[in-house]
Amino acid sequence: MVKVVVVGLGKMGISHLAVARALPGVEVVGIVDASTYLLGVLKKYTGLRAFTTVSKLLDHITPDAAIVATPSRLHAPMVRQLLEAGVAVFCEKPFCLSTADGQALAALAQDRGLVTQVGYHNRFVGTFAEVKNLLEAGAIGTVTRGLAEAYGPVVLQEQGTTWRSKSAEGGGCLYDYAAHPLNLINWYLGDPVGVGGTVLNSVFSAEIDDEVASTLYYPGGRTVSVSVNWSDESVRKMTTRITLWGTRGRIFADRQEIQVYLRSNGSPPPGYTSGWNVRHTTDLTQPVDFYLRGEEYTAQLRHFVDRVRAQQTEGINTFATAVQTDRLIEVMIADSRTGPAARLAGANGTPAPMKRSRSGRIRARLAGTT
Amino acid sequence: MDRLLFGDNQFFGINHMSEEKARQQQMRFQRTDAVLDVLTAAYEEGVRTFMCTTHDRIAEVAGHFRDHREQYPDFTFLPGMPYAHKYANAVTTDGMIGALKQFLPDTGLLDAAIRGTSSLVGKDIEGIVTLLIDAEMAMFTGLSTPVIWLQNVVTDLLLGLGFDDAFRIFADHVRGTYNAEPGFITMNLPLLVPVLERQGIGSPLVCANINKLGFRMSGGLEAYRRALESHDFRAVAMSVYASGAIPADEAIHWVCEQPNIEAIVFGASSRRNIRHTAQLVDTYWRH
Repeated sequence: MVKVVVVGLGKMGISHLAVARALPGVEVVGIVDASTYLLGVLKKYTGLRAFTTVSKLLDHITPDAAIVATPSRLHAPMVRQLLEAGVAVFCEKPFCLSTADGQALAALAQDRGLVTQVGYHNRFVGTFAEVKNLLEAGAIGTVTRGLAEAYGPVVLQEQGTTWRSKSAEGGGCLYDYAAHPLNLINWYLGDPVGVGGTVLNSVFSAEIDDEVASTLYYPGGRTVSVSVNWSDESVRKMTTRITLWGTRGRIFADRQEIQVYLRSNGSPPPGYTSGWNVRHTTDLTQPVDFYLRGEEYTAQLRHFVDRVRAQQTEGINTFATAVQTDRLIEVMIADSRTGPAARLAGANGTPAPMKRSRSGRIRARLAGTT
Repeated sequence: MDRLLFGDNQFFGINHMSEEKARQQQMRFQRTDAVLDVLTAAYEEGVRTFMCTTHDRIAEVAGHFRDHREQYPDFTFLPGMPYAHKYANAVTTDGMIGALKQFLPDTGLLDAAIRGTSSLVGKDIEGIVTLLIDAEMAMFTGLSTPVIWLQNVVTDLLLGLGFDDAFRIFADHVRGTYNAEPGFITMNLPLLVPVLERQGIGSPLVCANINKLGFRMSGGLEAYRRALESHDFRAVAMSVYASGAIPADEAIHWVCEQPNIEAIVFGASSRRNIRHTAQLVDTYWRH
């Protein structure tokens, strides 16, 4: 039995707790949350041992592994505390709000030989994994151009009272939504050499970004455009989409299907032919022992606990790979402060709408510049 | 219960194969008239039970059937709750407790519970669960709702957490207040049915993916077959076509051979497809 604790019981934490309890070979030995009411309910109805802080839990329990799903700004201190206690850690995304923290934690885990993972679950979605397979097989030749998108109906009016609506705590569309397609692009194409044209725009939120636009530069004139919006009511639920153009074809993928066009100048991988190929999640998804919201959530925890059991530090979504995405996000935030690289002569106004404080927005409105 | 139940995924752009197809369906059914046309066609083809979510737009559909009862005398709703996305999005912007506050009637119960001023945690939960059910059921007032379903995202969350008492609280409230049978939608049927049995919920309805491909049948086809043969529950098969991955004839033929299945829920957007599925069921269903 792998002894697991779950720290943070928000939307993701409670879902991880349910999946972890249902996984064969896993025993959940404790939960941590700051809400004593929620803890009281779970303790009464599920019999789990409940604690209000990680320190209190570690005083009583020595787990093999922890799942950390607290607000993002708490990831770094809590993950450090757990690693120092010799506990393997699965941490929700984004990993850390500072690349320096993330790198230090990845190094600490490596020194201690501890298994780590971050919850970029799209790498466990059948279609997105198939994109990786196709790229490794060279199916579309050299990738010259990419489009990384995510859309969803999260913030549809001026509101928000949780940490997710505060940028200093890792809220906002960039951390919450854009992190997913960015992480996939990191997986497919590695680190870009630079970033330009980043705009973090507020649509409804007072303090945070609701839209993200950016260009990731790769060697040889290759680029990936980033287009993300979580104030898009036209989609029913979050959709992440990747399009890649290569010298021998094109790949489009979302979580349901992969559409691949292969030119006749290449040799198609097994199961594919020249021209259009469409494969669906029904065909690409591996069954799981327990299903909640998507096979990928179970598959990623299965991968984590299997690695903990085998003490195998290498794997999918280790801290080291998540730091890549943290760093990319950090550079995009810095880039967003620079505005346009070239301006039209004689044009007026502020071309790059930036995140502003509420008082700034009110001032702007009074001045008639919004 | 009817052998064929009509589902509502197609009306809300839910398609497990293609986001593009889902969007086309959203466009086609954005006016409630279009939904009512298909439901009327289903009714005329003899498919008279509508298994639906508690999406805001279903309230309009329910209103139509309430106002035109003479036109559809034996039309029946089997509501499934909650419509999870509205809760999930509210949790993202307002947190767990903030979201609950949005959807609960303003009785002060939740505030009292969080402040710890009400008597017992157990009582709070029963109160909160029953208030949420009542809020979701309001749109079906005056309509026939002989079964009330708990949606799979909630069933499976509770199942994973080991929050088994919640199933009994749900079943008791549905039987006691609505004189309806409790139903549980799940993606984990072999794990769920023994839990329902231990909770003493006699012969509950359980709806799960049951298809020849084994698509989203956690635990595998063999575990499903064993559960169907050995436990006391009333099975309803959904996703029998595995989102279109299995040809219709082959899919229905296979599902009709499985033991102890009481009904099939399916979605369709045209009279032709409704009729076709109904004919296949007539051909292959021998018990």
